Amino acid sequence: MSFYDTYLKYKDFDLNRDFNLSQLTTCLNKDKLELTDFANLILPLDGQHLEALAQKARALTLKYFGKTIQLYTPIYLSNYCSNECIYCGFNLHNRITRKKLSLEELENEARFIYDTGLRHVLILTGESRQESPVSYIKDCVEVLKKYFSSISVEIYALAEDEYADLVKSGVDGLTIYQETYNENIYDKVHLSGPKKDFRFRLDAPERAAACGMRSINIGALLGLSDWRQEVFYLGLHAKYLQDKFSSIDFSVSLPRLRPQTGNFVPEFDVSDENLVQAILALRIFLPRLGITISTREDPLLRNNLVALGVTRMSAGSTTYVGGHTLDYSTHNLGSSSQFEINDKRNVLEIQAMLKEKGYQAVLKDWMQV
Amino acid sequence: MAADILEIAGKEIKSRLFIGTGKFSSFSLMREAIKASEAQVVTVALRRVDTSSKQDNILDYIPKDCILMPNTSGARNAQEAVRIARLAKAAGCGNWIKVEVISDNKYLLPDNLETLEATEVLVKEGFVVLPYMSPDLSIAKRLVQAGASAVMPLGSPIGSNRGVKTEELIRIMVEEIKIPVIVDAGLGRPSDACLCMELGCSAVLINTAIAVSDNPVNMARAFSQAVTAGREAYLSGIPSQGGSASASSPLTGFLRKEN
Repeated sequence: MSFYDTYLKYKDFDLNRDFNLSQLTTCLNKDKLELTDFANLILPLDGQHLEALAQKARALTLKYFGKTIQLYTPIYLSNYCSNECIYCGFNLHNRITRKKLSLEELENEARFIYDTGLRHVLILTGESRQESPVSYIKDCVEVLKKYFSSISVEIYALAEDEYADLVKSGVDGLTIYQETYNENIYDKVHLSGPKKDFRFRLDAPERAAACGMRSINIGALLGLSDWRQEVFYLGLHAKYLQDKFSSIDFSVSLPRLRPQTGNFVPEFDVSDENLVQAILALRIFLPRLGITISTREDPLLRNNLVALGVTRMSAGSTTYVGGHTLDYSTHNLGSSSQFEINDKRNVLEIQAMLKEKGYQAVLKDWMQV
Repeated sequence: MAADILEIAGKEIKSRLFIGTGKFSSFSLMREAIKASEAQVVTVALRRVDTSSKQDNILDYIPKDCILMPNTSGARNAQEAVRIARLAKAAGCGNWIKVEVISDNKYLLPDNLETLEATEVLVKEGFVVLPYMSPDLSIAKRLVQAGASAVMPLGSPIGSNRGVKTEELIRIMVEEIKIPVIVDAGLGRPSDACLCMELGCSAVLINTAIAVSDNPVNMARAFSQAVTAGREAYLSGIPSQGGSASASSPLTGFLRKEN
């Protein structure tokens, strides 16, 4: 049994339910929401009802997470990739400069980030077992351990023993997005490569959880399918994981598709209101769930999301390999990013924004033990 | 009358309000709240302490006259709690440690068995150990045997603000446990803290209710006053509420009647 079985059970769940909005208050006042309540929270809402969700979500976030937001930054290790994902800049057919950081270059990145005060990093690679095998990632972790108290990976889906190997080497967090929970669309947007295996990716978080990964962040790439469907299955997945692995911190991301190299245009529109409703519904359904918002979103929206349920933000981000320290022009890296970032503020600027909003930026929230 | 002083590991503690440092909007506001509370024991999650950073360090914002009690927040088992305690000592945070072992992230309820195991190890290593626990009398007795300096049963789940849901169990612990019983977690209002003190608890630890209130400084002061009030009431001898009214015609009155 894995999440795939649960997913199949709810595959035909009717999300266009008949629900009287006057019952929303009853739904919001429940101590513990059922899956059907969660489905109600992502139905089309007017502004007044959305505000009611926001008030509830804010109160829950304050209670469980306080006035703090944890910060981290991504480090791109390599953009070599053997997958053909039509929405991604690293798609193997895209003619971009391919690069993999040497350990020396990585150490430069580490020093630069360390000086910003951040102690949590997320390392990323494209899927290339040849260019960025697990052994390379472990070598990178060895370098990073000297500087950071928490190292998360966002890499291709691994087998359980490989996750165990990474945990042993000092990795404490995993980020892995399902991209889309719609199996048919998944098949259509992942044209070729190992990532084409929907189920292997879907069950990756629990393979990592089974070998003691401390924190796991899952997500759906909004824009590939109807956002309500994605958010519903994301919530279902998060609840399944929380129930099965109670000692692990789970969080979710709701990245919206951003422009990248290639010509992909998302088929489904996801408005700011939709994104906000998704965040609020997830917070109310699973009050202790972490919610991460990346620099894919613009500064103004990110500022406003702080009070609504978000618990973790990236800062000083770049999606270029070596982007923290390398000069793009001299390294001919012009168009080799994974996607365009929308919020280019550095760590100090994000800290200042949080301070102004009455929130404390948490730069360290774990340590290697 | 002798001054009412709480003594833990040879330290004399005047304030029976202990403060937690998470969830505040800034370190400076946290410091102001601690000052207003007049607390002398302050707990800090070691996971949040970064002595290497050029930026603000949380420890610099804890008044120097306070006793620092690092906690092992984040530990999922005894082994991790022990390692965090050692790291705390190595980082210069002293030898007091609040052992917190939580393997359930849904309700944040402590794992008493792992807590006991960590306490046994840390006491032997010379730590002053204050374990956070679910209020279970037999585990509390074992913690005493293991050398804990106090026991810290929860009032209700961390951050829940639900108050003293475990009142009956805490009442029994106060009766039976001869080391300080300090209620930690779940106290949402000053009246909750006051109730704990009326029950005879030695102290309470508050974090969320102060940190996320609209005015943490005033709320810290309010908790301080409530703790003082509850303690004074306890020391003054709170009249028993009694189970039934006393009969105006006593049942044993005939024994004293003449004839």
